[in-house]
Amino acid sequence: MFSFLKSSRALPGICLGVALVSAPMTGVAEPAGHYGYGASATEEQIAAWDIDVRPDGMGLPEGSGSVDEGMQVYETYCSSCHGAFGEGMGRYPKLAGGDGSLAEDRPEKTVGSYWPYASTLWDYIHRAMPFFAPQSLTDDQVYALTAYVLNLNYIVESDFVANKETLPEVVMPNQDGFTWEDPRPVVSNERCMKDCKESVTVSDSAAGKNLTPSTTGPLDEGITE
Amino acid sequence: MLGKLRRLSQGVSEIALEESERLPSAERRRFLRSGLFTAGGAMVGGALAGIAPKALAATQYPPEIPSWTRSLGPGVVADPYGVPSPFEKDVIRRNVPWLTADKVSSISFSPLQHLKGIITPNGLFFERHHAGRPEIDPQQHRLMIHGLVDRPIILSMEDLQRFPSVSQINFIECPANGGMEWRGAQLNSLQFLHGMVSCAEWTGVRLSTLLQEAGIQPKGKWLLAEGADGAAMTRSIPLEKALDDVIVAYAQNGEALRREQGYPIRLVVPGWEGNTHVKWLRRLEVGDKPWMQREETSKYTDLMPDGTAHGFTWVMEAKSVITSPCPEMPVRGKGICQIEGLAWSGRGKVRAVDVSVDGGKNWQQAQLREPVMSKSLTRFSLEWKWDGNPALLQSRVIDETGYVQPTLGQLKAARGTNSIYHKNAIQTWKVNADGSVVNVQLS
Repeated sequence: MFSFLKSSRALPGICLGVALVSAPMTGVAEPAGHYGYGASATEEQIAAWDIDVRPDGMGLPEGSGSVDEGMQVYETYCSSCHGAFGEGMGRYPKLAGGDGSLAEDRPEKTVGSYWPYASTLWDYIHRAMPFFAPQSLTDDQVYALTAYVLNLNYIVESDFVANKETLPEVVMPNQDGFTWEDPRPVVSNERCMKDCKESVTVSDSAAGKNLTPSTTGPLDEGITE
Repeated sequence: MLGKLRRLSQGVSEIALEESERLPSAERRRFLRSGLFTAGGAMVGGALAGIAPKALAATQYPPEIPSWTRSLGPGVVADPYGVPSPFEKDVIRRNVPWLTADKVSSISFSPLQHLKGIITPNGLFFERHHAGRPEIDPQQHRLMIHGLVDRPIILSMEDLQRFPSVSQINFIECPANGGMEWRGAQLNSLQFLHGMVSCAEWTGVRLSTLLQEAGIQPKGKWLLAEGADGAAMTRSIPLEKALDDVIVAYAQNGEALRREQGYPIRLVVPGWEGNTHVKWLRRLEVGDKPWMQREETSKYTDLMPDGTAHGFTWVMEAKSVITSPCPEMPVRGKGICQIEGLAWSGRGKVRAVDVSVDGGKNWQQAQLREPVMSKSLTRFSLEWKWDGNPALLQSRVIDETGYVQPTLGQLKAARGTNSIYHKNAIQTWKVNADGSVVNVQLS
């Protein structure tokens, strides 16, 4: 077995075997703290890492940002990939538009047309954007960007100021467009063994389409446009 | 005596031993010893000076004696960490350059056409990164468990390894595997069509052990898992699943996780879509509701023809594919051909696999190779006598719930062509008269 650590800290309570908490979950084999490994997480440690935000606003910090402020931040950090108006660049995601396109042949899934919750926008920008420097924006900048992208999608007015009170109130156009219960299995096949169909027709073939990178030799860098 | 010396001196070349037989016994012993103790098994120059090397034959097979049989190879620890033979250089993960904007947020495909058995070698396991592969120092890495728990804790990687460990063999499949083919046949390759599935033996701590150690409060119903990468990738997982068969894995096929697979720790969520198996795991929060993160709303939701979408479609439904023959592995001539493939189900074990050589008109039950395990890859095979005429090969898995893998037509009728994810339809390979194999779709 490998070991992650060369040095071994002597931890008190290695074989404590003492129940530290009096309210064990029903049906659980061992009470909380049975092993006693690790350290208690302090409030400060939790606060620093607990960055998730829920649709009901849980997790949103103090601070605020306006649409106008968001435009400044957006032009600095976002437009090079997402386009000046959220129209997307190359294969980088489109952020705005696509209204009413979800049932069309070529749907455009954007923040405005698809995303069900505004909180997700704040959460995602804060944790993962800008792409090349994640978690580098201030909370106010994230609020401002959220306001700006919502405004690009005509979901909020241009005087909108995003903060922990206003953001959970925003209703996204596609909020009711989702089913959160998995309906599958919905497609059923039968295990027929003989004479299962009368004829077979090939409708499409990948031959000659020249979309397949090489599967031998060095990596195929291909066309990246 | 010489026989014994031969055994002792394994690695000393046949030439050297033959030469030694012409020497007086005392000299012979000295000669052999000198050969044995020469660093790196280098030829003993003086004693061999009179031997003219034979001209290298064009071939190495009978009746020739191969050059590697008449020479010494590198000694032990020539590769302190072993690597594949240079002759296997084509067996690598590959990407589709036109698919994504950047390799930092992209995927690579496992070379299924070259893999044997059911375990994916660690260096060939498919990759999916959202912000590249972080380089994490395990001494600096921590797992925090908090939220609706009695005892929020922070665990070092050393702490984690003190808990009871479990090992289980599970596949991981990206739900977008095959997702480029909803509208038609595009890619002519097993690797690129189905290579976003891999399978390994995972070792780690049951998530239930860790959550019980923290003490789940009665209101706790959901878990948020978060990665330490630049995407801080997150997914909400219901506690019912978290307490069932999920593990926090630190090892993969007997060694530490590869960096691409989440070193030092990742979630393994057996049978569920790959995105839930959060890599570089740093945080687990217990809550009373799902978090509706980007990866479970904007992405990894299935758009239906009416414009509505299905979310939380976590289970990878049963799927199978013939891995030989395939576009990369053509049929090598008329006669007996061993059809082989892989089958798997996120709902449990593979019960049976059927194979058709006429595009689904008639089917024969294939043989399942042991072991057949829940939420693992299962290998199947069927002997087929090819008469040299074009054929349409298909495989169809039935899992232990009785679910029968659908045709592409059935799947499209129910889901349209815009859902991207969860395309588990029957794959058709067309075998041409020359033995070449092409990815086709049937109407």
